[in-house]
Amino acid sequence: MKAAEFDYARAASVEEVCRLLDSANGDGKIIAGGQTLVPLMVMRLTRPSLLIDVNHIETLKGIMIDSDAVVIRACTRQYDALNDVALAKALPLLAKGLAMVGHPQTRNRGTVGGSLANSDPAAEICLLARVLDAEITAVSSQGSRVIADKNFALGAMTTALSSEECLTEVRFPIWQIAGRIGTAFDEMSIRRSDFALVSAACQVALDQSGVCRRAVVGIGGAEPSPLRVDAMEQRLVGTKLEATDLAAAADLLRDAIDPITDNHASADYRRRVARELSLRVMTVARDEALAARN
Amino acid sequence: MAEQNFRYISKKRRPKEDRRFLAGSGVFVADIAIPGMLHVGLVASPYSFARIRSINAEAALALPGVHLVVTGEDIVAGTDPMMSGLDAPKLRRYVLADGIARYAGEWVAAVVADTRAIAEDAAELVEVEYEPLTPVTDPEQAMSSESPPLHPEHGSNILFQKKWVWGTVEEDFAAADHRIAFRARWHRSSTVPIETFGVVSQWNQAQQLLDVWASIQMPKFHDLLGRALRVPGNAIRVHYDVDVGGSYGVKRGLKHSILGGYLAKRLGVPVKLMEDRLENMRGGDAQGPDRIFDMQAAFNNDGMIRSLKIRALDDCGAHAGRAPLQLGKPVGAICGPYKVNSVEYEAISVTTNKTPQEAVRGFGQAPTNFALETMVDRVAAHLGMDRLEIRRRNLITADQFPYLIPSGSTYDSGDFHTVLDKTLTAATYNDLIKRRDAARAAGKLAGIGLSTCLEPSGGNSAFEPLFNPKNETTTWMEASTIKVDPFGAIVVIMNTSTSGQGHETLAATVAGEILERDPDTIRVLHADSLSAMPSNSPVGSRMAIMLGGATAGAGKKIKASVTAIGAKKLGVAIDAVEYRDGNVVLRSDPSKKVSWEVIVEIAHRKFHELPEGMEPGLQASFVLEVPTGGTLPDATGRVQMYPCYAFESHIVYAEIDRVTGQVTLGPYTVGHDCGVMINPDIVHGMTYGGIAHGIGAALYERFLYDDTGQLLSGTFMDYLIPSSHEVPDVKIIDHCTPSPLTAFGQKGSGEAGYLGGPAAIACAVNDALSPLGLKIAELPMTPSVLGDLIATVENKRT
Amino acid sequence: MSEHDITLKVNGRTYRGKASARMTLVDFLRDELRLTGTHTGCEHGVCGACSIIFEGQAIRSCLMFAVQADGASITTVEGLAEPGTLSVLQDCFWETHALQCGFCTPGMLIASQTLLDKNRLPTDEEIREAISGNLCRCTGYKQIVDAVKLAAQRLSGLNAPVKSDG
Repeated sequence: MKAAEFDYARAASVEEVCRLLDSANGDGKIIAGGQTLVPLMVMRLTRPSLLIDVNHIETLKGIMIDSDAVVIRACTRQYDALNDVALAKALPLLAKGLAMVGHPQTRNRGTVGGSLANSDPAAEICLLARVLDAEITAVSSQGSRVIADKNFALGAMTTALSSEECLTEVRFPIWQIAGRIGTAFDEMSIRRSDFALVSAACQVALDQSGVCRRAVVGIGGAEPSPLRVDAMEQRLVGTKLEATDLAAAADLLRDAIDPITDNHASADYRRRVARELSLRVMTVARDEALAARN
Repeated sequence: MAEQNFRYISKKRRPKEDRRFLAGSGVFVADIAIPGMLHVGLVASPYSFARIRSINAEAALALPGVHLVVTGEDIVAGTDPMMSGLDAPKLRRYVLADGIARYAGEWVAAVVADTRAIAEDAAELVEVEYEPLTPVTDPEQAMSSESPPLHPEHGSNILFQKKWVWGTVEEDFAAADHRIAFRARWHRSSTVPIETFGVVSQWNQAQQLLDVWASIQMPKFHDLLGRALRVPGNAIRVHYDVDVGGSYGVKRGLKHSILGGYLAKRLGVPVKLMEDRLENMRGGDAQGPDRIFDMQAAFNNDGMIRSLKIRALDDCGAHAGRAPLQLGKPVGAICGPYKVNSVEYEAISVTTNKTPQEAVRGFGQAPTNFALETMVDRVAAHLGMDRLEIRRRNLITADQFPYLIPSGSTYDSGDFHTVLDKTLTAATYNDLIKRRDAARAAGKLAGIGLSTCLEPSGGNSAFEPLFNPKNETTTWMEASTIKVDPFGAIVVIMNTSTSGQGHETLAATVAGEILERDPDTIRVLHADSLSAMPSNSPVGSRMAIMLGGATAGAGKKIKASVTAIGAKKLGVAIDAVEYRDGNVVLRSDPSKKVSWEVIVEIAHRKFHELPEGMEPGLQASFVLEVPTGGTLPDATGRVQMYPCYAFESHIVYAEIDRVTGQVTLGPYTVGHDCGVMINPDIVHGMTYGGIAHGIGAALYERFLYDDTGQLLSGTFMDYLIPSSHEVPDVKIIDHCTPSPLTAFGQKGSGEAGYLGGPAAIACAVNDALSPLGLKIAELPMTPSVLGDLIATVENKRT
Repeated sequence: MSEHDITLKVNGRTYRGKASARMTLVDFLRDELRLTGTHTGCEHGVCGACSIIFEGQAIRSCLMFAVQADGASITTVEGLAEPGTLSVLQDCFWETHALQCGFCTPGMLIASQTLLDKNRLPTDEEIREAISGNLCRCTGYKQIVDAVKLAAQRLSGLNAPVKSDG
C-alpha cells in the first residue's frame, strides 16, 4: 500500500494553487487534511501526477461569523470548527453534525473543505451543507464562483468542481427568521465512528404559536449524495409538527428516496432507517424549538 | 475455593514484558532492517478461479530497482508443497499459484525490489493472462458431484468427511420425549491482529544457514519451513525473540516464509516480505471457520438433554490449511459442560473459491459452543422452560469430576453451578430481568443472554491422528530450561515466540515460585530454533499448563541440586535439610544454613564440594508431555483431546433498536474458572480481549464474499473490528477449581471470553427478539441483518 | 520523481533526511529515522497504530506524506518520557496491564496522552471517545480505560493540595 509516484508542491497562496492546477493538465490534486485522499492514493485508486499541499495557506484557514452566516474557510480543521463556541451558538446544527465526524485523530487533521470536496455520500459535512443551503466558493485562474450546495455534489465522490478549481470557503447561512429554532442531527453507523449507513439532519423554525414557518430535513448516506425532499419539507410548514405531521412527512421521504445497496445494508434497510431517522431528528428539532426561549 | 499458599503465583504483579512496549522499544518484524535488504511485492489473482495462461515480467524487470520476478513455475521447481495435515496426498499447495489461481487474492507472482514502493510499481507491470473458470462459493453446492473440483487431482471438493457415533444415539433419540432440529450458521471471521504477518529472511552462503525473523506463532514452523525449502532443519534458524503483534492463532505465515526463504536463498541477499493490510485480508490465508451446523437434540420433559446429532460443514476455502483439523478439536468438548449420554458428530470440510483459513482462537470451539448454546436455548423454548433452569439441570455437577464424555475425553475438574451462581449474583440477574421487562413495557426490544461454555486447554494435537490415521502424533511437548550463573542470576529459556500472552511473566513467576527468588530478578529468553529444546508454540490455551509445568519441572531439578549441594556443605543427609528462599537450612537448627550465593559458587567453581556424580554448573531442562497425552484414538474415534477444561458463564444485557437493528450491549458479566491463575491481570486481560473478539464475531465482523468469490470486506473500513465504543465495561468474576493434572492447579485461559461470548450475545439477541416471535441462529448479527429480520414482522404489524 | 529534503523536530531533536514525495510520514519516521516505536497496522487511516503528536495534536502518520511535515514538530512514543523512564501514563498502563502484544500500545499512549493534556479528569466516556480511533485486538480496552483513569487521578493528585485528614 504505497502510493504511485507523484510530484509535490507546497503552495503559499491560492493563486499559486491555481497556477499549479493549471500546470498539471487536469492531473493535479489538492491535499488538505488527506484523511480521504491518502487512503485512495495508497490503494492506488487515485494517482495524481501532482499533489498540491494547501495546508500552509493561512488565508484558507479560519471561521468568520456574523449575523448572516458562518463562513468556514476550506482548510479549517474539523477539530477547530467543532470546538468553536461562537459557531455552535450561531449554527447549533453545524456543531451537532461536526461532533459525529470520524474520531478525534481524523478531526484533528481533516478539514471542512476537504470533506466537501471529496463528497463522500455518508460524510456529515456534506449533509450539513445540503440542509443548510451552503454556498461553496471555488477559485481558479479564471476567477472565482459561488456554487449553491444543491448544485455541488454530482454523485458519490464527484462534485461540480473542475480539476482546475480550488475550494476556498463554504458559507452556511443563518436563517433570518423570527421565531424559535430547533435542530437535530442523528446517524446510524455500524460502529459509532464509522461512516453512516444513513444520517439525518433537521432544522425547524416555529413561530410564537408553535406553527412551523420553515423546515429542512436532509438525509445522508442513503443515496450517492445527500438529499432533501421538497414535498416533505412543505408538508411540515404551516403545521404544529404534531406526530401525525412528522409521520406523514417521513412517509413522503420513504416514498421518494432511492437508496443504494452495498455490503453493509440493503436499499430497503436504508429506506426504513432513513424514514426512522428523519422522524427522530424532526421530533428532537421540534422539541428543542418548543423548549427554546424566544 | 481452593487457595494454595503461593508466594508469587496468583498475586498482582506487573508483567515483565510490558515495559519495553510502553517505551516503544519492542522489536517487531517490521522493525528489523538489515543492510542491503530488499523488499517483496506480490501479484495477486483478480479472479477467484482462473487458469494462468502466461506471465510476462519483462516490463516489471525493466523498472529500475527491480531484482527478480518469480512465478509459480519457479516455486514448483524450487520448493516442495505445503502439507495439508490430511491423508490426501494429491492435494498440492504451493506458495504461488501453480497454473491455477483458486481464490481472488492468491499470489501469482512475487517481485523483489529495492523498496516496497518500487516492488508495488513492478507488481502492477507484471502481465498475467488468465482464463477465468466458473467459481464455486457455496459449500453445499461445492459438495455436489456436479461441481468441478478446485483440485482436480484430489477428485472432489470434499477434503474430509467422517461421522462418529459415540454411544447409543439412535436408541436415545427414539426413547426421548422430544426432538428438535435446526441449522446454525457461523460466518467467516478471524482474529485479524493489528500487526499483519511479516518475515525477514537472510541466507548465509558461507554457513549454509537461513536466518528467519518472523511474526510467527506456529508449532513445527521451522521443520515445515525446512522441508518445503528442501534443506534440513538445522540449516534454518528461526529467531523466536521477535515480538509478535497479536496472533490468537493465525500468525502462521508458512507460505510467506517459504517464499521469503526461497527468494533470500536465490538472491543471496536479505529479503523482507511484509504483508500490507489488503494482502493480509485477502491473501494472508488467515481467515477463520465458516461453518454450517445442522443440529439435532433429543431430550425429555424434564429438560434433560439425552443425545445430540451434530453435522458440521466447514467451508475451508481454496486450500486445506488448518481448517479441516479445526473440526477436530471440538470433539474434546462436543457436548459442552452438559451431561449428554450419546453424541453423533459428522465433520465435513469442503473447498470453495475463497481465501484459505488459519487456526483461529479456540480452534473451532467458539463456533461449536455457539451451536451448542443455541441448541440449549431452543430446547428450553420448546419446553417452555427457563434458560437458566435448563442449564442448571444439564450442567455436570461438581461431584461428578473427573467426568468422561461420550467422545472419550475426561473433564479434569470444575464447579459449574457455583461459577454460574456467582455470575448471577454479580450480574444482579433479578434486577436485569426487571430492567429488561421494564424496557419491553416501554416498547423496546430488550434481552438477556447467557452462556455456559468450556475452554479446553493444554493444547494437545490428538485431532491430528483422529483426522489422519497415518499421523501417529501422541505428544505435543513443551520444554523449559533454567540456568543460574556463577553469581546467582537466573535465566529461563523458553523455546518459542510470544504474541502478547505474557509468557515471560509466566516463566519468571513459576521459576521464582519454585526457587523462591523474586521473579523481577529473573530474565526470560526466547531460544532460536537451532538452540531451542522442543516446543509446540502457544496454541490451544496451553502455555500456563505446558510452559508453566516445564518451568516448574526445571525449577524442581535446580532446587534438588541446590539442596544436595547445601546438605553436603553442611555435612548432613539431604533429608536433614530444607530449601528456603534459595538457601539450604538445617531442619533441626535453621540458624545453620548455606546461602544461595555459596551454593551457586560451589556449583560453578568448586567441583570438589559437589555431591558425587553431580554435573558442574547449575542448569536444568525439563520437557513436559501434555498431561493425559500419549494415546491414539480408539477404533470408534474416542480420544482424550486436551487435558484441562476451564469454564466460563456469561450474562449480558442487550437492547436492539427496532428499526436500525443496532445492538447495544451491557452490562456484561462473566464468571471464569481457569483454576489457579499465574498472573491475574494477564488472565483478566485475555478474557476482556476474548469477549471483545467475541463481540466482533457476534455482531460486526465478516469476510463477506459475493457469488463470484470476490471479497467485499477486505479493508478495515469494511471488516469491522470493535472499537472502545462497541465493547462495554465487562465485569469478571473469578473462581478457582484447581486442575489435578497441572503443576499448580492452573488451566489455560488464552481463549477465555471468546469461547462463550458469541453464544451469550446471540442468546441475548434472541431473547430480545422473542416477543416478536423471531429467532436467528446466524452470526454475525449485523444491524442490517437484524433490521431486515425485524422488518418482516414490523411491516405486517403496520 | 521528486525527492525532497526534510527537516523535522522529533521528540525535541532535529532530524534531517530525504524522502520521495510518496513516502508517508510513518514510513519516514520508521525507515529513515529508525524511530520504530510508531507502528503501521492498516496504512489506510483506520487502526490508529501510527498515531503521533503532530504540532500538538494526535494524528495518524499514515495519512500524511513526509514531505508535508517538513518543518513540523512531532512527538512519538519514544518521546513521551525522558529516556530510561516512564511517564505517569506509561507507568499506569504498566500498573493495570493495559496492553498485551504491545502493537497498538504506542498509538493508545498517544491518544490517551493528548486527552490528558486537554482534560485532566476525563470520564470513562471521554476516554473511550479519545481512544475510539485506535483499534486493539488484545485487551478489549478495559484495562486501557482503567490506566487512563488511574493516570488522571495520579496527575491531578500531584497538583492537589495535601490533605491531612487522610
